Amino acid sequence: MKENVVVIGAGIAGIQASLDLADMGFSVHLIEKTPSIGGHMAQLDKTFPTNDCSMCILSPKMIMCAEHENITLHTYSEVDSIAGDFPRFKVGIREKARYIDLNRCTGCGDCVAKCPSKVPSEFEEGLSIRKAIYLPFPQAVPRKMTIDAENCRKIKDNKCGVCLKVCQAGAVDYDQKGRIVELDAAVIVIATGFDLMDATALPQFGYGICKDVVSSMQFERILSASGPTGGHLVRPSDDKEPVNLAFVQCVGSRDAKNHLYCSSVCCMYATKESILATEHAPDVKITIFYMDMRAVGKGFQEFVQRAKKSHGVRYVRSRPAKVQQANGDNGVLVSYETPGMTGEPVSEEYDMLILCPALLPSSSTREIAKMLDMELDDDGFFRTPDIRYPTDSSKKGILICGFSGAPMDIPDSVSQASGVAARTAELLSGGDR
Amino acid sequence: MQRVGVFVCHCGHNIGSVVDVEKVVEYAKQLENVAVADHNLYSCSEEGLGSIKKSIRENKLDVVVVAACTPRTHEPLFRRACEQAGVNKYLFEFVNIREHCSWIHAKEKEAATEKAKRLIAMGVAKASLLTPQKEGEASVIPVAAVIGGGIAGLTAAASLVSQGIETHVIEKEARLGGLLNNISVIGPEFVETEPLIRRLKEDLERSPQAHIHLESRIVELGGFIGNFDIKIAEGAKTTDFKVGAIIVATGGRELEPTNVYGFGKIPTVITQMELEKRLAGGAAPSSAIFIQCVECRQPGREYCSRICCNVTLKNALRIIRSNPNARVTVLHRDIMSYGTTAERLYREASESGVSFMRYGLESPPKISEKEDGASVEVFDETLNENIGISGEIVVLATPIISQEGTAETAKLLKVPADKNGFFLEAHVKLRPVEFATDGVFICGSARWPSHVTECIAQGLAAAAKAAIPIRGGKVVIEAITAEVDVERCAACGNCVLACPYEAIEMTVIDGKRCAKVNEAQCKGCGTCVAACPNDAMQQKGFTTRQLGAMIDALIKNCKEEAVE
Repeated sequence: MKENVVVIGAGIAGIQASLDLADMGFSVHLIEKTPSIGGHMAQLDKTFPTNDCSMCILSPKMIMCAEHENITLHTYSEVDSIAGDFPRFKVGIREKARYIDLNRCTGCGDCVAKCPSKVPSEFEEGLSIRKAIYLPFPQAVPRKMTIDAENCRKIKDNKCGVCLKVCQAGAVDYDQKGRIVELDAAVIVIATGFDLMDATALPQFGYGICKDVVSSMQFERILSASGPTGGHLVRPSDDKEPVNLAFVQCVGSRDAKNHLYCSSVCCMYATKESILATEHAPDVKITIFYMDMRAVGKGFQEFVQRAKKSHGVRYVRSRPAKVQQANGDNGVLVSYETPGMTGEPVSEEYDMLILCPALLPSSSTREIAKMLDMELDDDGFFRTPDIRYPTDSSKKGILICGFSGAPMDIPDSVSQASGVAARTAELLSGGDR
Repeated sequence: MQRVGVFVCHCGHNIGSVVDVEKVVEYAKQLENVAVADHNLYSCSEEGLGSIKKSIRENKLDVVVVAACTPRTHEPLFRRACEQAGVNKYLFEFVNIREHCSWIHAKEKEAATEKAKRLIAMGVAKASLLTPQKEGEASVIPVAAVIGGGIAGLTAAASLVSQGIETHVIEKEARLGGLLNNISVIGPEFVETEPLIRRLKEDLERSPQAHIHLESRIVELGGFIGNFDIKIAEGAKTTDFKVGAIIVATGGRELEPTNVYGFGKIPTVITQMELEKRLAGGAAPSSAIFIQCVECRQPGREYCSRICCNVTLKNALRIIRSNPNARVTVLHRDIMSYGTTAERLYREASESGVSFMRYGLESPPKISEKEDGASVEVFDETLNENIGISGEIVVLATPIISQEGTAETAKLLKVPADKNGFFLEAHVKLRPVEFATDGVFICGSARWPSHVTECIAQGLAAAAKAAIPIRGGKVVIEAITAEVDVERCAACGNCVLACPYEAIEMTVIDGKRCAKVNEAQCKGCGTCVAACPNDAMQQKGFTTRQLGAMIDALIKNCKEEAVE
C-alpha cells in the first residue's frame, strides 16, 4: 500500500515536493487554501537572473500535479485538525464550499461575464477587479470557478442568481456545504510560504497615502503582459508612463523596529523589475535605494552589472526617511541622506515608487504551529533544529521546505522540496540515521 | 491522407498582442491535409488541453500541430494530451511562434504574423509525414554512485543508504569530510563539524549497503541512466561497478590569493582557511583585519562567492568571544548575510564591537608590513578620508572557486560547466540539482558556493532525484533516436567518430558490416545524420524527407507571396 503524505501549501515548494514524492511512489495530498495551486510564483512576470517567464516554467509543473496519478489536489481547502504522531497522523482537511460542482464546471467563464459583483482581484494585488464568481488567473489549476460567498449577492442576500441561469453545465450550487475530509498521513510536509508585509504599517514610506507608491508584487503585475495593464508600464494615479521611478529595499526588514531579518530575494527581484521596466519603457530612469546589494547566486552579480551598465539603473546606498506626495495627486517626493558621515539630506521627485516590503512567514504559519505544537524561531519561521536535517522540524515526521523555514529564493526552495522527498523516503524505509 | 489539426495559442498577450492569431488560423485552415484549425487563449491550460483533446476525437485527427510558446517546456504536455486522446504522442509537431515570432519581432506585427504562417505551413508539411514511434524501456540498476565525500556527497550517500539503496562513494582524498576537515566550527550557530562528519561517516561505515572508495578517481565511465559502467582507480588497483544513477558532489576550493595585499610576502597576511586552522588550535589574535571580496566581484571574476561574508562574521565573533578586547575590523563591499540567522550574526558582530567599513573597488585597501603585524590604509567612505588601521593579522576572504579536475569530470560525465568552471545545472531556477543528462545529478559547491545547510539540503535533493528512477525500477527511453539504413551504410565509421554519446558501434548484420545505434544511449542529437556521407543514417521524426517537405513548404509559401 502506498503511504500517504500530506503537503500543506501549493506554491513552488509544495508543488515540487509533491511531484518528487509522487514520483517516488507515495500517495500525495496537496492542500492549498486559495482556489488554485501555483502560489506567488504564478504572480511573477519573470524570474531572475535569466528573465525566464515565470508562468511559462511553472505552469507545466502545475499541470503535472493535476495529472499525476499519485497526487490528489485539495484546493480552496485548509487544515482543520492534525492529531497523532509519526508515522500515523490524522489530518482533517476542511474543503471550503466553492458553490461549484467541480465535476460539472468546464471553466468556460460564461458565468464570470454575467456576474454583477466586482471585487478587487487578489491575484492582481488589487490593481484590477474580479467577479464574485471567478477563476483567479487564466492558467489556474484546477480550471474551475469559485464563488466567493462574502461578495455573492445570491448567497448573501438571496438576490441575483444569474450565474446559475447562464451555466449550461449546471455546475452552480448555492446550497453546497463545505466538508471535512479525514486522512491518515505518514508524513506531513509544510510549505506555507510567505506573505508580503502590509506597508501601510510604515506610513513614512507613503504606501496607501500616495497613489503612486506600489508594492513590488503590484509592480510585478504591472510589468506582466497578462497583468492589469496588459504589460504597459503605467503609474496608478493617471495611467501615464513614468519617466523616473525608484525602488526602496528593506521596507520593514533589517529593521530593529520591525523585522530583523533579511528577506533574501528583494535585491535581486528589484534588479530584475528594473531591467524589465526599462525593456517596457526604454527611456525610464530607475533608482534603487538599498543597504547592501545581496547578489549571491549564480549569475547574480553579472545581473546587477547588466542593470547598471546596459539599463542605466542607479543604485544608491541609503534608506529613505520619508516619502510624501509630490505635487497634486501624482508622483512622490523621496527624502534621504547621501551615504557617509557627512551625508547631505536630499529630496528627489519620482513619478512612481516601488516598495520591497519584508516577506513574512505566511499567515497560516502560526495556526499550523499551534495545531501541531511546533516551535517557531525568533523571526516567526518554522524552526529546523538539527543542522544535519535542514528540512526536519522540531517534530518527527513533519518536514519543512521553502520560505516557511527561512527566506530563500526559488532554486533553494526547490532543492529543499526535493530534499523533503528524500527525508520522507528515509523515514518511511525505517532507515535510522 | 493524414488529417492534421492545427492549434494556435494566443498565450494571453504573449503571442496574441503581436501575431494576428485569427488570421493565422484562417491561413492554416486552407493548408493541405489540415482538417481543422483553431485557437486558444492558453493552449496549455486545462481548458486549452481539454479543447485540443476534444477536437482530436471529434475531427478524427491523425496528427496534431500546436503553434505556441516553446517545446522546451511545453512539448511533453501536448504530447501527453495527444496520447490521452488516442493519438501516438510522436504524431505531434510543435511550432514555436512565441520565441520565433512574437518575442523576437515584437515591433513588426505584420512580419511576425507572416512568419508564423510560414512556420505553421512548414510544421504541417512535416507533420503530414510523421510516423508513430514507440518509447523503449530499460531496467535500472538499483545502485547509486556519489562522486565526492564532502558534506554534500556524504549527506546524499547517507540518505540513499538510509532509503535502502546500495551506494558507492568515490573520494579522491585519503579521508572523507572534504573542506570541513579543515573547519572546526560553522556559522551561523557555531556548530562543531567533527561530530557532523563523524556521524555521517559512521552511518556509512556500518551499513553493508555503502561502499567507500578512498584515494579514488573515475577513469572510465560509460552507459546511460539506469545502466552506467564505472571504472575507478582506487589507490593502485582498479575496480568496476555498475550503477543506475550518479551524483556529482565534488565541491569547491578556496582561491589562493595571487600576489595581492602582500600575500606571500607579509607573513601576517593569511587566508581564511589558515585562520580557521589557527582558531581551531585555540590561538585567537588580539586584533585582526578582514578584507572581503579578494579577487572576486571584479572584472575577470565577477561573481560573489556567497559564503565568505558569513565565514568572516563567524570568525570575527570567535575572535571577540575568546578575547573581548580584541579589535576586529571588516573591510567589505556589501555584507551578504542574507536570511534570518546570518543577519542576526551580522547584528551581533556589530553590537560586539566588530567595526565594519566599506571600501570601493576603485580604492582597495593598501597593506604594509609592521613589526607586530600589518597596517592597512583604506579610504573610509563614511568619513570621506583615508584612515590607517593595524592588526596582528590580515585575513583575506577569497572566493570559493571550482574544484580541480572539474573539466575532466564534466567530460567523463558529458555534462556542462559554466563560465566560472562550476557545473551547470539543467535549469537555474527549477532544476537546481539535475543535469540535462538523465540520471546524473549535482549538489553542493560543485554547482555553486553554498553554505553547509544548503549543501546538506542539496545533497538530500540529489538523493531524492537519484532514488526516483531506482525506486521505479524502469526508465523510459526516448523514441527520437538515429537509425541505420543497413542497405545504404558503407561502414565508413564517420558516425561512430561523430557521436558525442558513444552510442554507435560497428557490427555485422547478415554478413554485412555496418553501423549500429544503441537506442538507450542515443540522445537523438542528429550529429551522426549530418556526418553520414551516404544518407544511411536517419533520425526518427527528423528524416530527410520530413525536413525536405518543410523546406518545400517554405519555398511554396514564399512563391505564393511573390505572386500576390
